[in-house]
Amino acid sequence: MIETTREKEDMNLVFVGHVDHGKSTIIGRMLADTGSLPDGKLEQVKENCKRNAKPFEYAFLMDALKDEQSQGITIDSARCFFQTPKRNYIIIDTPGHIEFLKNMVTGASRAEAAVLVIDANEGVRENSRRHGYMLSMLGIKQVAVLVNKMDLVDYNREVFEEIVKEYTDFLEKINIDPETFIPVSGMNGDNVVSRSNEMPWYKGRTVLEELDQFKTEKIPEEKPFRMSVQDVYKFTKDGDNRRIIAGTIDTGVIQQGDTVVFFPSGKKSRVKSIEEFNKPIQSVKKASEHVGFTLDEQIYVRRGEIATINGQPKPKVSTRIKANIFWLGRKPMIKGKEYFIKVGTQKVRARLERIHMVLDASTLVKREKNQVDRHDVAEITLKMEKAIAFDLAEQSNKTSRFVLIDDYEITGGGIITASQEDQQAWVRDKVLVRNYKWIKSAISKDRRAEKYSQKASLILITGEKGAKRKEIAKDLEQTLFDDGKFVYYLGIGNILYGVDADIKEEGKDTNRKEHLRRMAEVAHIMLDSGTILIITAVQLLEADVETIKAIVDEELIETVWVGSDISTDIKPDLHITEFNEIREATQIIKSRLQEKGVIFKPF
Amino acid sequence: MDHIERLEARSVHVFREAYANFKNMCMLWSIGKDSTVLLWLARKAFFGHVPFPLVHIDTNYKIPEMIEYRDKLAKKWKLDMIYGQNEEALENKQTFPEGNATRIECCRLLKTTALRNTLNGRGKRYRLNHDTGEYQVDRNREPYTGVIVGVRADEEGSRSKERYFSPRDTENLWDIGDQPPEFWNQYKTDFAPGTHLRIHPLLDWTELDIWKYIKRENIPTVSLYYDQGNGKRYRSLGCYPCTFPIDSTAKTVDEVIEELESGLLKNIAERSGRAQDKEDGGGLEELRKNGYM
Repeated sequence: MIETTREKEDMNLVFVGHVDHGKSTIIGRMLADTGSLPDGKLEQVKENCKRNAKPFEYAFLMDALKDEQSQGITIDSARCFFQTPKRNYIIIDTPGHIEFLKNMVTGASRAEAAVLVIDANEGVRENSRRHGYMLSMLGIKQVAVLVNKMDLVDYNREVFEEIVKEYTDFLEKINIDPETFIPVSGMNGDNVVSRSNEMPWYKGRTVLEELDQFKTEKIPEEKPFRMSVQDVYKFTKDGDNRRIIAGTIDTGVIQQGDTVVFFPSGKKSRVKSIEEFNKPIQSVKKASEHVGFTLDEQIYVRRGEIATINGQPKPKVSTRIKANIFWLGRKPMIKGKEYFIKVGTQKVRARLERIHMVLDASTLVKREKNQVDRHDVAEITLKMEKAIAFDLAEQSNKTSRFVLIDDYEITGGGIITASQEDQQAWVRDKVLVRNYKWIKSAISKDRRAEKYSQKASLILITGEKGAKRKEIAKDLEQTLFDDGKFVYYLGIGNILYGVDADIKEEGKDTNRKEHLRRMAEVAHIMLDSGTILIITAVQLLEADVETIKAIVDEELIETVWVGSDISTDIKPDLHITEFNEIREATQIIKSRLQEKGVIFKPF
Repeated sequence: MDHIERLEARSVHVFREAYANFKNMCMLWSIGKDSTVLLWLARKAFFGHVPFPLVHIDTNYKIPEMIEYRDKLAKKWKLDMIYGQNEEALENKQTFPEGNATRIECCRLLKTTALRNTLNGRGKRYRLNHDTGEYQVDRNREPYTGVIVGVRADEEGSRSKERYFSPRDTENLWDIGDQPPEFWNQYKTDFAPGTHLRIHPLLDWTELDIWKYIKRENIPTVSLYYDQGNGKRYRSLGCYPCTFPIDSTAKTVDEVIEELESGLLKNIAERSGRAQDKEDGGGLEELRKNGYM
């Protein structure tokens, strides 16, 4: 077999365009004319058509589903495998019907380059433009345009050139510079694989030739190192005691010995080893590779954080972002509703704070609206429940992308264009430095938990004045102490006149934020020692809790509201409405701690 | 990165996303080459471990070498091995060709129904006890909410439309016309109570990729894939009444690759030796909508 020994390149290629403009037909034709179909496939489809008294179409080779063949449209993206001497292609055929835009997005997002098909007879239509816009949002820069069904316009050069002009103008507005325009007929095979005799005026490449002209995406090795942590594994089976941080590298390179810093926590350690099953020991891993590494010093990191390398540009951390999104949900995106946002492996609750503008992607007309409807494109501000780490779209497309989830479904996607100020930023900056400088104990969190038979926890008891918060706190401390727990009730007064002596102003509520910050830092230290800590405070606001969460790991916090009515905007984990004796309230909290696994629950 | 490394990276990523998001997960192992590569990729993703049970649907009509090979590897790699079957259909002889069922009905009962009941816990699960080396009825009847399956997009039409994370409703049905979007390494990992997800880490692999990976990683495969001297070997494995060997003298992995790349099999569909595909156009699509792999 005569073939170059060089490994062939891979490329994912997507076909997009308005419904019925002939995407599947062109792909089917290309497969047939290059002999890429399994023996007998063409005959089998032709035979099926004959049996069902339908004229044969090349599209039937692609549209495999029964519904697709009976309706004559593509419903879902399909992949097919196709080779040229230069490359292995995965060709993704997508539906052109607006109803299936989510399937088009699914298919197109996997591609490095796109082929957009326009019907010469019908001209540029709504989804010709919408798909063009979606390509730019999905980050696909290489686009070739095929003007199909030239046979229906008698291979007329003017028709072709008019479409070229109209569509080039559109693409220019959305910053896409098309590679080329090719006049073709998928039905007759003109300029698909072989050159057309019908259009001597066209001197350019055929579709097949054009595909090999696309450039493969460069693997982003030169960018700062980013890896979204997928998980931290400790499989103890068969004496394996490695603690491995695992993920896929988004950008950059990592080496054994590098100092890694994790965001949003700011925690740092050194790469001790790079681990891989059934491979010789390696010391370097690059963008797009899967990787696992162990650390010199044990720090507590978990899924969702972004690993970076010390000294390289840092990612942004915030609870507010500005973003461009597309919305696919049947229900509109509205203010006041809770969604989830997924950025890398982070998943956080988010709310729509502001709609800056909504765009109709097929006309580029901007509008002011108070909701984002299905298939709209919009510029919005999102407010997250807790801080996330990310980059901006202009710096890196991998770590600036996100999806939105509404009621278990992915209903939108977007790219982050700006990090916006939030109330906790000043606290978070201090926490990042604190974590970076933190002197780690040789005794791990897990070993402390095992020793004390408890998980460190912060129980924040709040409510209105006179709700008996302190009495409950003291009784809870006593009860847990009697159970043999390592527990402490920290009265606010203990902090105010000591730790806060320099900022305490008698009779005034100034410096509230700084008081809160210091209290939370003290709590952080005590939690690190493995304690169950109880703190009481009058009428905590949600913003107060958010500040505390910026300092103390939120999984360790249990907020309790005592009293029938919740008179602030707080959303407590536990609400104790009524109790006759203090002991009842104590028991409710204790059961909660047992349910949560903070303390042991007897059978 | 070369072609195979890219495929491996994608599969490993999908595995880890699945493991992070599903508490009660299992992986289907059909003993064939694809799901054995899948098993190997799980060991890649989890650094030599397979942190979830492997489920095999035993139709009782599997070629005997397959079961032998299954148990050998399960013991050697200390796998958490489970099998399930449709005991009722076997008892009532609702089978093909010995019983009174057509090929498709037999598939539906012995594979689809058995699979559904093993996954949702209504059927018995037999779990390998590594101390005794025997299978025993498992007490755990919790339904699996995440099921990892080794299907590939190039196998057949309806599979070319699959997602990496593909939802199935309470009845195990697949709504093929309304699948969730999936982009930028983000998958559907949230699911309503009662539903479950099929996870497909091998979607982008072709038959040739599978063999090249088997060679590169030196993965043990069942001997049925190779000519044992009679000029025949299996290209795709299933139940003996419905799976036929092909004429081939490929005796090693290298010879199988050679055959696929340039020789005799270059343009012949992989499942051509699987009889159930040929009954009723779209036979496999119908089976798959109802829960077939």
